Amino acid sequence: MAERRLRVLMAKIGLDGHDRGVKVVARALRDAGFEVIYTGLHRTSEEVAEAAVQEDVELIGVSILSGAHMALIPPLLEHLRAHQADDIRVLVGGVIPEKDRPKLVDLGVAAVFDQDSTIAEIVGWIGREFGLPASASPSTAG
Amino acid sequence: MRTVDIDFANRRQLARLITQVENDPEAAAAIVRAVWPRTGQARRIGITGPPGSGKSTVVDQIIERARAEGARVAVIAVDPSSPFSGGAILGDRVRMLRHSGDADVFIRSMAARSAVGGLAAATRDAAHLLDAFEFDVILLETVGVGQSELDVMRAADTVVVITVPGLGDSIQMLKAGVLEIADLLVVNKADRPGADETAMHLREMLRMAPPSPGAVGAVGAVSPASAVARSTSQDVERAPVSAVEWSTSQDVERAPASAVAGGHLSQAWNVAWEIPVLKTVATDGTGIDALWQTIRRHREFLRESGQLGARRRQRVEREVLEKVEQALAAHLRSRLAGQPGLGEILARARAGDLDPHSAARAILDHLLKG
Ligand SMILES: Nc1nc2c(ncn2[C@@H]2O[C@H](COP(=O)(O)OP(=O)(O)OP(=O)(O)O)[C@@H](O)[C@H]2O)c(=O)[nH]1
Ligand SMILES: [Mg+2]
Repeated sequence: MAERRLRVLMAKIGLDGHDRGVKVVARALRDAGFEVIYTGLHRTSEEVAEAAVQEDVELIGVSILSGAHMALIPPLLEHLRAHQADDIRVLVGGVIPEKDRPKLVDLGVAAVFDQDSTIAEIVGWIGREFGLPASASPSTAG
Repeated sequence: MRTVDIDFANRRQLARLITQVENDPEAAAAIVRAVWPRTGQARRIGITGPPGSGKSTVVDQIIERARAEGARVAVIAVDPSSPFSGGAILGDRVRMLRHSGDADVFIRSMAARSAVGGLAAATRDAAHLLDAFEFDVILLETVGVGQSELDVMRAADTVVVITVPGLGDSIQMLKAGVLEIADLLVVNKADRPGADETAMHLREMLRMAPPSPGAVGAVGAVSPASAVARSTSQDVERAPVSAVEWSTSQDVERAPASAVAGGHLSQAWNVAWEIPVLKTVATDGTGIDALWQTIRRHREFLRESGQLGARRRQRVEREVLEKVEQALAAHLRSRLAGQPGLGEILARARAGDLDPHSAARAILDHLLKG
């Protein structure tokens, strides 16, 4: 009767103060059956890496709307490596220009979603990435 | 038998072990067996109270006070799971972020999953792990459903019940079973109007309450009859054996001499520990020093009165019996599934030909015979 549930940490790194989007995604992930640790606004990449280790999450979802993703994501990946936790996958969402996406992926980000991505797309990607049954669907997303 | 190789300095491994005890009962058994000899040193403090009353903010403040004394502090913060999806949003950590980067603080969020008593099924095992990893203080924050959260009483040495001004009247609190589980009562958000009235109300309720409401662990020190009378009904149902057996244990000898001589143990306990009512403003730290000092004083009281040992022994016994009950229930269910005769009884009950009591009795007879 083992019960595994995907643990996901959702974070806002940096200065932008909009957390509506990340909260909507957090709720959708809960509705898809995931356990979501929400850490609030204005986190540093160091805080996020440390929290991800203590919470033993398999995935970190970072939302950055300020445009500072190229400055904020590399330190996060570095801190994860420093914790020997670079097996934790990182998903970036927010306002990410087309040209930056391959760069983020090269750095080690598992996936990039922009503001036009639907919640179903995000949940679908997570499900495939972690080999979860497709039955987990975000019924009340949006 | 699985063996577990543990590096007690490795936080990542600690985090992973907690996940394993959450997800896999077999792994939990092996892990707890491996760490058990190292447990027993930590102070386990439960923090319970209705949703939004400030539990996490109080926990954050307590972390700071305990750290100032050099204690290593761990937190297990439980939030509810969605009954529909089984998922959860765990948000307690947000209130404790200033301790991020402190290598002597470890905070873990935990979903309640199917548990209903305020903690998750794995919370106790996780606390054992943190204890073995040499955390001196373990703070257990309950879900905060506002119901009687008895789990915390079964997992902590000291239970802090938090309430806020204007949150329901005394009858509601009595119904919620607050008095039965509290060692300390805290009126948080004392910056809001009505805090004094709420505190006064609580003190009045405590005066009117039966003796030594918080001293559930003291059950062992009183006679069998009163032990049963004073346990909550749930306790009596769940562990009648222990309620009686505790009275014969050596804990009676550990009671204060005056209490034994007077022959009114429960009243003596009551004199020894009067449940304090404290006011705090967790957001700015007002009253938190007094709260921490009172938690420490309760710890001293438990130790000097012998109740610390008594509570812990009772807790372990309960944990064992619960595990046996769970295993038995699982075993029964699997046997039920394999016996057509029992299916017939169930079918008759479903059809309304047999009342639930008689059906259960028939099934039991069947199982106990076979
Ligand atoms: N005015 C005031 N607000 C407070 C106080 N303590 C906490 N709060 C606020 O109350 C809200 C809830 O606080 P939490 O600490 O998250 O409460 P909680 O009991 O842990 O909540 P749940 O875990 O969701 O049940 C937050 O906005 C806090 O900032 C206080 O003493 N005074
Ligand atoms: Mg909380």
